[in-house]
Amino acid sequence: MKKLLISPAPHLHGKERTQRLMLDVIIALIPACLVSIYFMGLCALSVFAVSIATCLAVEYVIQRFLIKGPSTISDFSALLTAILLALNLPPTSPWWMVVIGAVVAIGIAKMTFGGLGNNLFNPALVGRVVLLISFPVLMTNWEVPASIFRSGADAFTGATPLGIIQEELAKGLTIGQIQEMYDFSFWHLLWGKIEGSMGEASALALLLGFFYLLIRRVIRPYIPITILVTIAAFTGILWWINPQQYADPLFHLLTGGVLLGAIFMATDYVTSPMNPKGMVIFGVGIGVITVLIRVFGAYPEGVSFAILIMNATVPLLNMYCKPKRFGEVITK
Amino acid sequence: MSKTFSMGGVHPHDNKISANIAIEPFPLPAIAAISLAQHIGAPATPVVQKGDFVRVGQLIGKATGFVSANVHASVSGTVKSVEPFVDATGALSMTIFIETQGDEWIEGIDRSSQIVSNITLPGPEIIKKITECGIVGLGGATFPTHVKLSPPPGKKATCLILNGAECEPFLTSDYRIMVEFGEEVLTGARLMMRALDVQKCYVGIEENKPQAIQKMVDLSKRFLGTEVVVLKKKYPQGGEKQLIDAIIKRQTPSLGLPVDVGAVVQNVGTALAVYEAVQKNKPLIDKVITVTGFQLNEQRNFRVRIGTPLSQLIDAVGGIPENTAKLVLGGPMMGKSIAHQEAPVAKASSALLFLSEKETKRHSEGPCIRCAKCVEVCPMRLECYLLYKLGKANRYEELEQNRIYDCIECGCCMYGCPANIPLLDMVRLKKGEVLKIMKNR
Repeated sequence: MKKLLISPAPHLHGKERTQRLMLDVIIALIPACLVSIYFMGLCALSVFAVSIATCLAVEYVIQRFLIKGPSTISDFSALLTAILLALNLPPTSPWWMVVIGAVVAIGIAKMTFGGLGNNLFNPALVGRVVLLISFPVLMTNWEVPASIFRSGADAFTGATPLGIIQEELAKGLTIGQIQEMYDFSFWHLLWGKIEGSMGEASALALLLGFFYLLIRRVIRPYIPITILVTIAAFTGILWWINPQQYADPLFHLLTGGVLLGAIFMATDYVTSPMNPKGMVIFGVGIGVITVLIRVFGAYPEGVSFAILIMNATVPLLNMYCKPKRFGEVITK
Repeated sequence: MSKTFSMGGVHPHDNKISANIAIEPFPLPAIAAISLAQHIGAPATPVVQKGDFVRVGQLIGKATGFVSANVHASVSGTVKSVEPFVDATGALSMTIFIETQGDEWIEGIDRSSQIVSNITLPGPEIIKKITECGIVGLGGATFPTHVKLSPPPGKKATCLILNGAECEPFLTSDYRIMVEFGEEVLTGARLMMRALDVQKCYVGIEENKPQAIQKMVDLSKRFLGTEVVVLKKKYPQGGEKQLIDAIIKRQTPSLGLPVDVGAVVQNVGTALAVYEAVQKNKPLIDKVITVTGFQLNEQRNFRVRIGTPLSQLIDAVGGIPENTAKLVLGGPMMGKSIAHQEAPVAKASSALLFLSEKETKRHSEGPCIRCAKCVEVCPMRLECYLLYKLGKANRYEELEQNRIYDCIECGCCMYGCPANIPLLDMVRLKKGEVLKIMKNR
């Protein structure tokens, strides 16, 4: 007689797969990747290539020879980490720096904890922060060569807008004077710029990815929205108190990787809270810490640190912020 | 605007491919195997012996206590034996085997299709009749109906909700019942309204059943206090607590009863059975069963005598097709896969479903990526991933704190999990343990 399956219900399964979710995030990052390659040229492309190759290799080797399990490359999580890491690096990063970042991200931040789903901190951000602390000059101040895509343009040397502001403020200039010296117009920041990590090239490209993720229901909007609102509110208050000392909220939102962090880094499933209440606290925490670091701290930008610090609170947030259960409040 | 429940839920394709097939009577089985434990509660006590001649509708198993139900002969013939036998899931229960001889019914049963709409009995008499006829909840839970119609002292229902949601994919038995026996169903509802002493009856139907909605809306004009509520297509809309939430916007408290928010929910099939019991004197001896699946050449809705072996239903549609991987008794989300094809149709049976390997295959389990989709789709808003983890570690105290007992086992979490983690398998297992611990306290 024909053999039939016996198993408990449910007998149907949805179409969602881990692989597909990872792929969706990668798809959402494509506009940002293309824009960064457009503005920064072949050097950006090489950062992507080195990051992807190293991340996949490290994941494969550790999984195969240390954990001794089946290869996990095909779940696309390592590929996603590689792309996020690349987007968090300046286009001029030397190859060896990218390799170090990738080894730290996958090898230390992810696989040490047991691989996908077990890491406490966002792997790409751990990679970035290790590089930021180890090679601060390379990470924040660099030279952008003319690329094949920008024929005729001169080589550009610069710091990030936030870095410039911090430097110039220290010299005693006011925000108004600084903005006269540099082109920090809203449109310049929104459409595309070259002074920053690759992922910061265009705010618009990142927002496009955000909408894709929302439409595909890959992420929920709580975390990005609370981060952006908190940063806008906090910097808005400071700006209102003294516009000569503090930059305006829009400037803060469009620089220093806020969008990249809020949309793609802070929403990482594994390292973010699982319930809306926790997500809101998480987002507010990231916003507040980011502004504190930027305005009062030693580093010009603070999103990476803020996300990593809040990553550490996630188990606690999951434990104390329970979803509102069905039938918890008796409605009469 | 169609209504729906407030939390969670998933949208599997509804696949109602047997929706336009009329109900047809199924031939009598040669031997009927009638279990004495077809309901929640104590099994019935046999009142016939080997060698006895019984007629259709005769009492053969007497309810043992309040939460129990009578069992009646569904065929006429000689009792061959009374012995334990497997049900569709492989569990043993005391079963009465009757060898069919003719189709002789006991006296007093009105077998005509004439609709008796005039209600003469007072409430308590109606409940007595329902008790006698062994009516149980036919939506799947098989909770004795007379118990549901007798709320605990101090609690009073304010409305009756008829469950015509039929949110499970593939199932069409309730749909056909509403289309073909609409007036009987609403008369049954009216009987239950009188038994409960309520003036309001809602009929909840999902929007993918336009014919049934039309029929019920037309009929409801003649039934005072009856209102048809069109519901969105979302699983598990037909869950008792979800349906109440969808229709009257009240959440049944955790560990509470629907009557705590003033509602009593009955399936449309139950309403038909109640009508037949009270107005026609007919005990619960048959059941409308959908026989369906994409591999079958023909889809069927049969009215089957209880005790008919499932193998006979399988033969009626031409045997098990080559590419069938699983047979399910009930819907694909909550039904049970069939281990014994000789097992009989019971009061709880609603469908015989043929699933291919592609449809039903469980994919290999990956690591939890903490996406919280399971929490998002859980209609009770439980943290399924957490229950799974705590369950693995046998941490019963925390399982209880996280309200594992609230799980309605709808399977949404497992359906929605991108890592294919067998969440419900674990939760079901540990829920039983936790309930045991709570009971012994």
